[in-house]
This record gives sequence, C-alpha cells and structure tokens, in this order.
Amino acid sequence: MSGYPPEFRESIKIIEETREERLKITPPRVPLEEKEELLRKFHPDYKKEAKRQIKIGAGKGEYAPHEVANLLEAHSFLYMNALSNGVEIDLEDPDFDVDVLIIGGGGGGATAALWALYNGIPADRILLATKLRFGDANTKMAQGGIQAADREYDSPIIHFLDVMRGGHYTNDPDLVRILVTSAPFIIKWLEELGVMFDKEPDGTMIEVSGGGTSRLRMHSAGDYTGLEIMRTLMDEVLNREIRVLEFSPAVELLTDDEGNIAGAVLMNLETEQYLVVRAKSTVLTTGGFGRLHIQGFQTTNHYGATMDGVVLAYRVGAEIRDLDSVQYHPTGAAWPLQIAGQLVTEKVRSLGAQLVNTAGEAFVYPLEPRDIVAAAIIRECEERKKGVITPVGTCGVWLDSPMIEIIRGEGTIERYLPAMLRQFRRFGIDIRKEPILVYPTLHYQNGGIKINTNAQVLGNGGRPIGNLFAAGEVTGGVHGKNRLMGNSLLEITVFGRIAGINAAKNARNTNVGKLSLKHVYRWEEMLKEAGIETNVVAPMILPDYKGDIKFR
Amino acid sequence: MPGTVETIKDTKLVEGKAVEGVLGAGKKLVTIYVMGKWYQVPAGLTITKALEYLGYRLVRGVGCRAGFCGACTTLWVKKNDYKLYSGLACQTMVEDGMYLVQIPFVPAEKRIYNIEELEPNGSVVLALYPEVTRCIGCNACTKVCPQEIQVMDTIQEIIRGNIAKAARMAFDCISCGSCSLRCPAEIKHFYVFQLVRRLYGKYIAPKAKHLEKRVKEIEERKYDGALDRLIRAGPDKWRELAEKAQKDEEVET
Repeated sequence: MSGYPPEFRESIKIIEETREERLKITPPRVPLEEKEELLRKFHPDYKKEAKRQIKIGAGKGEYAPHEVANLLEAHSFLYMNALSNGVEIDLEDPDFDVDVLIIGGGGGGATAALWALYNGIPADRILLATKLRFGDANTKMAQGGIQAADREYDSPIIHFLDVMRGGHYTNDPDLVRILVTSAPFIIKWLEELGVMFDKEPDGTMIEVSGGGTSRLRMHSAGDYTGLEIMRTLMDEVLNREIRVLEFSPAVELLTDDEGNIAGAVLMNLETEQYLVVRAKSTVLTTGGFGRLHIQGFQTTNHYGATMDGVVLAYRVGAEIRDLDSVQYHPTGAAWPLQIAGQLVTEKVRSLGAQLVNTAGEAFVYPLEPRDIVAAAIIRECEERKKGVITPVGTCGVWLDSPMIEIIRGEGTIERYLPAMLRQFRRFGIDIRKEPILVYPTLHYQNGGIKINTNAQVLGNGGRPIGNLFAAGEVTGGVHGKNRLMGNSLLEITVFGRIAGINAAKNARNTNVGKLSLKHVYRWEEMLKEAGIETNVVAPMILPDYKGDIKFR
Repeated sequence: MPGTVETIKDTKLVEGKAVEGVLGAGKKLVTIYVMGKWYQVPAGLTITKALEYLGYRLVRGVGCRAGFCGACTTLWVKKNDYKLYSGLACQTMVEDGMYLVQIPFVPAEKRIYNIEELEPNGSVVLALYPEVTRCIGCNACTKVCPQEIQVMDTIQEIIRGNIAKAARMAFDCISCGSCSLRCPAEIKHFYVFQLVRRLYGKYIAPKAKHLEKRVKEIEERKYDGALDRLIRAGPDKWRELAEKAQKDEEVET
C-alpha cells in the first residue's frame, strides 16, 4: 500500500515513464551567470522583508532574520526570572568550580571535552553541561557524511577551493585552511576511537560526492554517520569519567571583575534551580537556530536548536557574522506530513537520484551547492508551477530515489540509506520503488559568533574575549554564507578539538577573580537606552509547541 | 508561500476534512489516554505532536524528533489487547484507544573501560557485561525494536564471539532502550552494542592506509606553501581555480 494520496498517482506515473530517458542524461548545471539571479529571485535569504537591522550590541546595524533579531534584542532570562524579582544567585559559593566548562553536549562539546582532557585537564576539572541528554544534538541527525581530502586524486587545496566556492568566497580563509588541513587527522582519530566508517575490504574508505564538492571525499557510516560519531564520542567521554550535567542549559555567562568570562549560570530544567559554575575557560558548543522556524519554515533540526549560545555570547560583547544567512536544505520531506521538513539526506542525490518536476524533467544538476538547489526547487513550485501540490496546499518536487538501485544495483538503498528506507516505510512509502516528495527545509545556521584560529570568541575590534571559546554551528566564518554537505561534522570535530586544546592551555594560566553578573544589568540598561520594548526573553531554551500542530 | 508552514496552518487541520484525508487516517479524532487521562486528538498526529497539541511541554521523552536519538521511547497498550507495545513517539501515529506513557529515562549503567587495552573478542565483552550470558532466547527484545534490529540474534552472536557480525547487526541501534526494558535477563543491550561496534571499528575493520599517508604529508607541511600562496592570492584566484576544480581539471597554485 502506498503512503501517498491518490492524487499523487498521475504525477508519479510521469516520473516512472521518464526514468529510463533521464538515466541517460546529466541534468544541466546552473550557468555561473544565472546563479545570482536564481538565488536573488527564489532563495528565502534574499527576501528583504524577512530581515531587519539589529538595534543593539556588537552587531548593531547588521541584518538578521526577524526571528534572530528578536532573540538578540531580548531581555535576559535570568534577569526577568530571578535578578529582577529578588531571587538571589549566590556568586560567592559556586556549585561547581572547574578548569574547563563546556556548554553543549553535541559532537563539538564532546570533542572539546576529550581534547581538554588529552591536554592535561583532569576529568573531574572538566564539566560538560547540556540542555537535554548528553548527545541530544543535531550531530546525531547528520546523515550524509564528513569530508576529508585523503586520496591521491584529492588534496586539502581542492577541498579549500570547494569550501570557499560553496560559501561564495565570503568564508574566513584562515579558518577554512584549518578545517581542510585538520580533516584527515580528525578522520584518523575517529577511526582509532572505533567509528565504523564505510570501507572497502582492504580498508580504503568508500567516498562519494556531495553537493558542491569536486572530488569524491564524503566519508560515511551508512546514513547514520553523525549518530555513529556522536555515540562513539559519548562513549569515550563517559569512559574517561568526564563530568556530564544533563538537563542543565546555560542561561547566562559569568564574568569576573576584569570582564573576562568566568563560567556560567545553569538552570536545572527539572527543578528550575540555578547552578553557578566557576570556570577558568568556558567553551560554547551549543549549535544553531533551526527551531526558530525562520520565515515559517519547517526544520530538520533537533528540539534544542534555539541559538542559545549566540545569545549568551552576544551579551558579553561577541561580534557576529553572516547571521543573515540561513541554510535551507533542498530536500526536506514534503510528504508524509508527520515527518514534514525532516531531512532527506543529500546522499540520496550523491548516489544518483535526480530532482524531477511534474513534467518529468530533471530540472537542476542535483549536486549543486545547497542554496542553488533549494532555490531551483522553489522556482519549480512558485514560478514554473511544475511542483506537486499536496492536499494541504503545500508544494514539493520529486526526488527520484528508485534511480539509485537501477544505477548501483539492488540492495544499495538498504545498505547505504537504511535510515531513509525505514523512515518512509514507517508511513507506507517504499523509497526503492517510489520517489520521495521534497521541499526545502531550514537546516543550518551558516553564520554565528566570530572566532579566531584558536577558537577564541572575538569581541570589540576583533580582540578575543578572555577565557571564552566556541566551536561548531554557534560560530560563523568557516562556511561563509553557505555550508557544503559533510563540512559540519568536520567543523565540530576540528574546531571542538582546537577549542578543547586552547581551553586547557588557557586554564593553566588563568586565575578567575570575583564572579559577576554586571553585564546582565548593563544589558538591560542598554535595551532601555536603545528604546527597545520587547516581551521576548532569551535564551529560549526550548521552543514552545504547546497547542501547536504546525511544526514537527 | 507553498511549502511553508503558514499554508498548513491555514487549512485548519483540526476542524474536519483536512484531518480526514490529509493525515492519512480515516477518523477525525481519536481517543488516547495519556498516563491514564482521557483525551481526544486529531487522527494522524504522531504521539509527540499529540502531546504538544494537548498542551504538554516536553522536556524528557523528546529529542531529535526525527527518529535518530532514541529519547522518546513510549510504551502503550490498546483497548481489548493484552500486548504491551513500544515505539518512538516522534515516529508513531496515535491510535484510537491507546493507553500510553513516555519513558523519561531507561535505568542502565555503562561499564567503564579503556578501549586501548581491550582485545576484540567475545570474552572481553562478556567480562564487562557478564549478564549477556543470561539471555534466555525469548526474543522480547527483537519484537520491540523500533529499528528492526535482530536484537536477540545479535546477543547470541556476541556469546558465540562473532564481534564483527554483531557490530554490523547492531549498527542501526539508536539506544532507545526498549529492548532492555523488556529483557528478563536484564541485559543492557545498547551499551553492549556500543562496545561491540567500537571493538569492530577500532580493531577488526582494516585501517585506511591512504588516510595515514595524507596525515603524514600534512604533518610534513607538504601543502603549507601552496596554501600560503593561495590565501594571499585572494578571491579572484580562488574563483578561477575553484571553477577549474569543478570541471575535474588539475589545480595548480
């Protein structure tokens, strides 16, 4: 029984009838000169009314989506819920006193914790605090793979060029250099930890292409690549007996009397008690903003992806970049509605599936960078009217997954895309036999807080903010205005490592002074001075879906 | 705009037709019992969405909301049915007459080990998790696995010492713990499987030699000069070379 409604039947028939012809062709790449126009007309980032200038802080005057600006211009959660109504936060007697505090329990945080340990910080002097369970993060949901130029036909130089091209040459080249030259080392480290990469019988990595990558460089572990990396890192963190505090999001950073970062205030989500952590080094690995549902988009992201880290860093003066740039993954599930917006990995296209409209035309080269493919799909729906309209009035185009098994043989999908196969089978759709209906979905925060090559967070005038480090999606610069597939798992491990190493180094040379929340009171004054009147309180911590059935 | 959620909102899912046809279930509303409490919710919602629709704010029993993290393990029984069912709340649709509870946490203890000191064989696993040998072959674990893993068979492979086979069989595990909740032998399968996979990945799978070679080249600074020149050259040069690379041409810096 097909999980598709009967009205899709006719359109699926066209896909089936044109398949044989389409197998013979490679759909056209978008000519360089047309790319800009395609993005300008159809990519959601280019909608002027969806953004505004930020009115306060180090990023004042920069453009950001309203949903992002709302949080950057928000009241402090701690101020509104505690400081302003007499709830005392005892800064004299911290609940935890550590060398390294890591905020965020995804792949970046786990990596930072391990590398702080490898660099001499004892396990009981590290604290990893996380909002939900340890490992509950977008890392686990990353399916496609992780890039590293480790073959004869490839080099870090070509990887560098691909990353820059993907980001429209807006990336920080020094960060990109670190990304690509650390990549093989990181894969080797993961291999040594026991990550089960897909390999040939002789140990050669099976590497496929990804959108915007010019060489076969995508390493994977089925379509559970992120899960496999995350659970291995978690296992190692637990084996090393590093302290992990779950269900305890950070609600504000702490400074010392000199204005350097000195830890954070956490909140026990279950008891709503505040916990004061004094730390010599603090690392932010809190991830991105998918759950802000920018412009009303569905998202691929984890429940906890609410941009908390950017908010906290912004209040202590961190500079931001590229927060106006949102990555919409071209292929979110458009049907069934129960999994609307859920990721359909780019690997489906890497393995040979084309994107096809209702006329049976493969309308775009499937492995263009993500922003291009997303814009091309929206063009089919909005301008060319060659999308499939669902019974609720949403639109999608077909991702012709059955092509994969024709090209690569029966069993390919089961072997390389087990998660995808299972996900759709749960709702009565066999992606080996039927195509997948897709539409772009909010996937990734391209920008974030600025860091330097030591993963130090940068404040006023590009000077590092004392004792504060960050890695992963919370930061901006590595991907410029658009990230390529397979570079986020790479980024969190490469820069998580650098953050861990430098946090350890910094902790050895730092004495934290008297703890202070002065910057929070100052922030509230600044809001007043800027004439900002808002009901928004941040960090958001979790999205509010009470009574909601819109968002998955 | 097509495809965005605003459109979905406008169709008033709760009030009639949309629910009937769109979410794929025949009835407009179904009755569920959340921890014994009676509610009616639109048919076709996942358990996660049904709870939120009812006004629950989820902290435990929720995670990635996409079937990858195993946080939303849920148990239920159905009217006039003795069976205890289990599944992921984010991937399971509500059914009429469902009595459900979400499991906030699966009590289990991970054993601590130094992976560097282990050997990839069955006795290493059994030494750390001796309860594995208590398996009575009831297969209750397999029946509840939302990932369709042959859980019991995997445990049996471990007992026989077939680490490589067990690692592959257990690869899709998302550590939801359903199996361990049902196991009369009190095996904590997901921790056992984690160990087995790491033993396989580290010791049994052959190493990638090309990887080692490239790491060495980078350590010997083979690419440093070229990268220095490239970064100095600036965006025009990057663009020119990147387009060349896209055409599969050689790139010289």
